[in-house]
Amino acid sequence: MTQHAAHVDTSSSWIRDKIFQGLSPGEYLKSLLTGINVVAGLVIIAGLALIVLRFTQGLEAITGASHDQPWGLLLGVGLFCAVPLSATGYVVGSAVYLFGMRQYRPVVKNAVLIGFLGYLFAVVFLLIDLGRPWRIYYPLFVAYGPASVMFLVAWHVALYLSVQFLEFSPDLFQWLGLRKLRRWARKLTVGLTIFGVILSTLHQSALGAMYLLTPGKLHPLWYSPYLPWLFFVSSIAAGLAMVIVVSALTGRFLAIRADAPYLASLDYITLSLGRGAALVLFTYFGLKLLSIAHGNHWNLLATPYGYWFLFEILGLVLLPSILLLIATRMNSVPLVRYTALLTLVGILVNRLNVSLFVFNWNLPHREWFHWGEALVVVAVITMEILVYRWIVNRMPVLRAHESPEDS
Amino acid sequence: MKSRADAKPNVSRRSFLQGAAAAGATIAMGGNLRKSNAANIQQVSDSDGHAGVLVDLTRCIGCRICEAACVAANDLPELEAPVEDKTVFESRRRTDTRTYTVVNRYATSDALGDPVYEKVQCMHCAEPACASACLVGALHKTPEGPVIYDQDLCIGCRYCLIACPFNIPTYEYDRALDPKVQKCHMCYHRISRGELPGCVAECPVDALTYGRRRDLIKLARNRIRQYPDRYIDHIYGEHEAGGTSWLYISGAPFDDVGLPTDLGTQPFPVYTKEFLSFVPLVLVVWPALLGGMYLMSRAREQEDDTEDIHVHGGSERP
Repeated sequence: MTQHAAHVDTSSSWIRDKIFQGLSPGEYLKSLLTGINVVAGLVIIAGLALIVLRFTQGLEAITGASHDQPWGLLLGVGLFCAVPLSATGYVVGSAVYLFGMRQYRPVVKNAVLIGFLGYLFAVVFLLIDLGRPWRIYYPLFVAYGPASVMFLVAWHVALYLSVQFLEFSPDLFQWLGLRKLRRWARKLTVGLTIFGVILSTLHQSALGAMYLLTPGKLHPLWYSPYLPWLFFVSSIAAGLAMVIVVSALTGRFLAIRADAPYLASLDYITLSLGRGAALVLFTYFGLKLLSIAHGNHWNLLATPYGYWFLFEILGLVLLPSILLLIATRMNSVPLVRYTALLTLVGILVNRLNVSLFVFNWNLPHREWFHWGEALVVVAVITMEILVYRWIVNRMPVLRAHESPEDS
Repeated sequence: MKSRADAKPNVSRRSFLQGAAAAGATIAMGGNLRKSNAANIQQVSDSDGHAGVLVDLTRCIGCRICEAACVAANDLPELEAPVEDKTVFESRRRTDTRTYTVVNRYATSDALGDPVYEKVQCMHCAEPACASACLVGALHKTPEGPVIYDQDLCIGCRYCLIACPFNIPTYEYDRALDPKVQKCHMCYHRISRGELPGCVAECPVDALTYGRRRDLIKLARNRIRQYPDRYIDHIYGEHEAGGTSWLYISGAPFDDVGLPTDLGTQPFPVYTKEFLSFVPLVLVVWPALLGGMYLMSRAREQEDDTEDIHVHGGSERP
């Protein structure tokens, strides 16, 4: 009898400790009632309502998808933008674990978490957008289309999601107090990182390679045999910029969950990653020029699509590259952060151009997207941010593992 | 100067052409069709034995009976506009989930200024972009020639719609739980039992000729040779996008009648082949390269640092 009571007590204190952050359920719920949470909750409810519509009336109820424009914002943002923005894990992971750049160690766990959640929610977007999402495992276990670049993407996203989960699992096990499992999981780190870089190299570039199949449909300024390279190289810049931006936000909003070494290292890491991003962006800019030269499309620059292209590569690639160079020379952490944000905008614009805005550019009457899909995108990203916050509030993401017996 | 009479087939020419068309169909129906099942989508040379259709745009009168025949042959919902309704020609239409084929009218600049009608449907490429795009193999080129779709495998990613250079496949965005890709399948169910595709069977002016691709090409060449004033000297689909089972001959430039002329002659799957061949290379080279870098950086760390701070059981301190 007492034993039973004691058991109940420990389990309820476990929940209290792990889920309610040491508060009673009532106190915890009260603590959730903040302005931001209410807004986030309303956005998510609206998004869920639209998702219900999608599964009762079909994709046409909430998307602008058509026979000419099969993919809209759900994949344009949820896959084509989310995947490069989730390059954080492999970029920082390889720097720290493979290239011995120990100075980035404080942000590596955060980078892995951002990457993992990015892929997880890319799958959420896929589940909304696929016509028959319950068959999502078909390319893995049921039917194979090995001549399809998308087959490669499917396998790699599935594998990489698992790899990132395992990469992040030491923090999860730490939170759950499973020390032995955590030690085992940590032994896998180098192998997982190498596997992760392989998978990332291939599927980041594969997202570009998917459009190799669309010469004539994708505007010639964006279509290039270099598409895989363009997507791969820009994903590195995206990963670096994302780490800079998110770690700035953690320093501002989640500092309470971070330890002193993490917070103290952010300025140095921001500047240092900024330098790297400047170099990568400059390389990317060069590749962009090469791709125009390869197709000899210089004459197209003097068309409306050309101006839009120039805005993308000058305003959102070359400009951030130069600004990052200046900012790191001046040791201006804020300028690096704002420029990293501009870099992310550049990646978003590029991926949306390829997947939406300049795709089927020669067809008349194109509806790019429906407000409903935009709202679903915002709602799912809101969910992702809340899940990120939930994890960071509980697991040792922004701090080193305290207990000495773990090391 | 071409006379108006030239543009309209006279009786004797018509009967000749009809005879040729019938011959083509007979050859195809005579069992040869089934023998070509050794054909493989990777081998373009075999595509000559595929079943196909020759569309002669100089004969098409825009009656849209093919559209109705297609609906009947495939149990599709009734046409939105009945065949008598000529107002549909006021805008350019495309295939949709209820219509596997549509006829469009084009004002062209040929000598006579007559409108030209062009029938749109799946071209049934020798090496289809859609099939190579499909990650579950739900679309495939059959040995007989049609490119067909298996809705039991389709996950609904719609990459086939993205990939098709002719904008043919369509998707049922209005179905919540069981949406399918819809497109012309060359009446695979009918030709499998030796019948003509619906549209071909009903065409009242023999603008459509069903047969083996190699015979259709010969037939098209003959027509062009015999009536050089009537035709542009080109068989559309013979080489476009690596060759298609449906072929077109026309008196007006193909650009003017809705057929894309910028596709090149390379089969579309080739565009991604190079990338895919790069994949095993990365799988083999990257582990060695990255593992080497890891070992180098570890050695350097151990030199730098007497403390054992590396990944295996290393300290977490930054």
